[in-house]
Amino acid sequence: MALVEAIGVRKSFGHTEVLRGIDLEVERGEVVCLLGPSGAGKSTFLRCVNHLETIDAGRIWVDGVPVGFRAAGGKLFELREHEVARQRRDVGMVFQRFNLFPHRTALENVMEGPVQVLRRDRAEVRTEALALLERVGLAEKAGAYPGQLSGGQQQRVAIARALAMKPKLMLFDEPTSALDPELVGEVLDVMTSLARDGMTMIVVTHEIGFARSVADRVVFLVDGAVVESGTPADVLDNPQQPRTQQFLAKVF
Amino acid sequence: MASDLREDLVVVPLRHPWRWFSGAVIVLVIAGLGWAMAEAQIQWEDVPGFFTHPVMLEGLLNTIVLAVCAQGGAIVLGVVIALMRLSANPVARWFAVGYIWLFRGLPVLLQILIWFNLALVFKNISIPMLFSVPTNVVMTAFVAALLGLGLNESAYMAEIVRAGLSSVDAGQTEAAKSIGMTPMTTLHRVVLPQAMRVIIPPTGNNFINMIKGTSMASVIAFLELIHAANNISSRNLEIMETLFAAAAWYLVMVSLASVGQHYLERAYGPR
Repeated sequence: MALVEAIGVRKSFGHTEVLRGIDLEVERGEVVCLLGPSGAGKSTFLRCVNHLETIDAGRIWVDGVPVGFRAAGGKLFELREHEVARQRRDVGMVFQRFNLFPHRTALENVMEGPVQVLRRDRAEVRTEALALLERVGLAEKAGAYPGQLSGGQQQRVAIARALAMKPKLMLFDEPTSALDPELVGEVLDVMTSLARDGMTMIVVTHEIGFARSVADRVVFLVDGAVVESGTPADVLDNPQQPRTQQFLAKVF
Repeated sequence: MASDLREDLVVVPLRHPWRWFSGAVIVLVIAGLGWAMAEAQIQWEDVPGFFTHPVMLEGLLNTIVLAVCAQGGAIVLGVVIALMRLSANPVARWFAVGYIWLFRGLPVLLQILIWFNLALVFKNISIPMLFSVPTNVVMTAFVAALLGLGLNESAYMAEIVRAGLSSVDAGQTEAAKSIGMTPMTTLHRVVLPQAMRVIIPPTGNNFINMIKGTSMASVIAFLELIHAANNISSRNLEIMETLFAAAAWYLVMVSLASVGQHYLERAYGPR
């Protein structure tokens, strides 16, 4: 069974339907990039995967568990917020605007989840957190507050914070869109090495180069629906749909 | 002309004669007031005695206890009302709006008087089958003042806390959720610490107002500083001397509170 299975996902904000029946499967260890024009519903779909948005119809399963619901007696019962919180432990998320906790140091940001949510031993978590900061190349910034770090550094701390929960799945919501151009590379490098290590990732991005070299599969969304999906070579170099062709023509 | 430019010219700063004049006027006014105070028919030498008079000290203690209890209760209630105001439950939201409308809308003095006279309309305070106590036993001057000051302040605190909570970026809550935090943990680990920066300065101001507001409890004969001053002067008729002694205590308390506020703001200040 695929790690992520989405079937017929629909979502409206008011009268605007932003997701019109999305079907998507992500296998373990697979890296899937969601591409498409802004307003296509890429970010909204990603947020549905860890129930930051509630879907109106369809369903999303992560590792065999329906997200935001409990299956019993042929029905799906909506979960309480603290039950959803338990489900989210296994899914890491990285945001466009980093969203680091500004009142805590880089190290404290990374330790926050394991200590406060998993109630693990502080000393043990600290060792792991330092190793994670080392992995994203920021060991020497452990004591710095987010306000003292560049955008690229903040985003790498945010990735370490998500990894500290040892997630099965990582969601990236335009992780480089808020960065100065010269800082994009350092974040993509961390994400690339994460993909090489076998992490399952869904990445909403406008970085076509990253999608081409790292993604196993590229999914192209327009107006809340999947228009085209396949290997980067198929979708990016040989697009079949006119909407995909138009979009790629503008991006390059 | 050109040769002038090469000469070593002395710079003459702009003179400010009006600064000297206005400064002199202010000094004169202060000197005049000082002279008036010295000429006033006041027993200055009695003021220090009233300052440390046992009745005055008792009033001081009662003032501090009342202010701290009322402010403390108001902070707790204010957080609860603010959370109700931001709640998804419409009944809770309406209740919070009505609560703030009522307790912020009425003068504190009126609220104190209403609580103090509650026994006139409710003989007993009771929950059927559970307990019942005579109102005039429960509603002492302290309790009436505590309710009047505390409930009014809680309405203001609710608005301050709401502003603080709303000032924290929604992305912070989302980030907390994404690492599996429950709503309670998110509130006390992520949102409240950041909201404190917005909450503390107005709370400090309100506490300073609360210290002075306790003086209204004198109308229901609660022995705070003003009532203590009146008690002392009713025996010796040195009304101004005792009031000045009380005034000195207010200034001491407010100064200490200001220092405390400064350190609190620094502790929660931006990084």
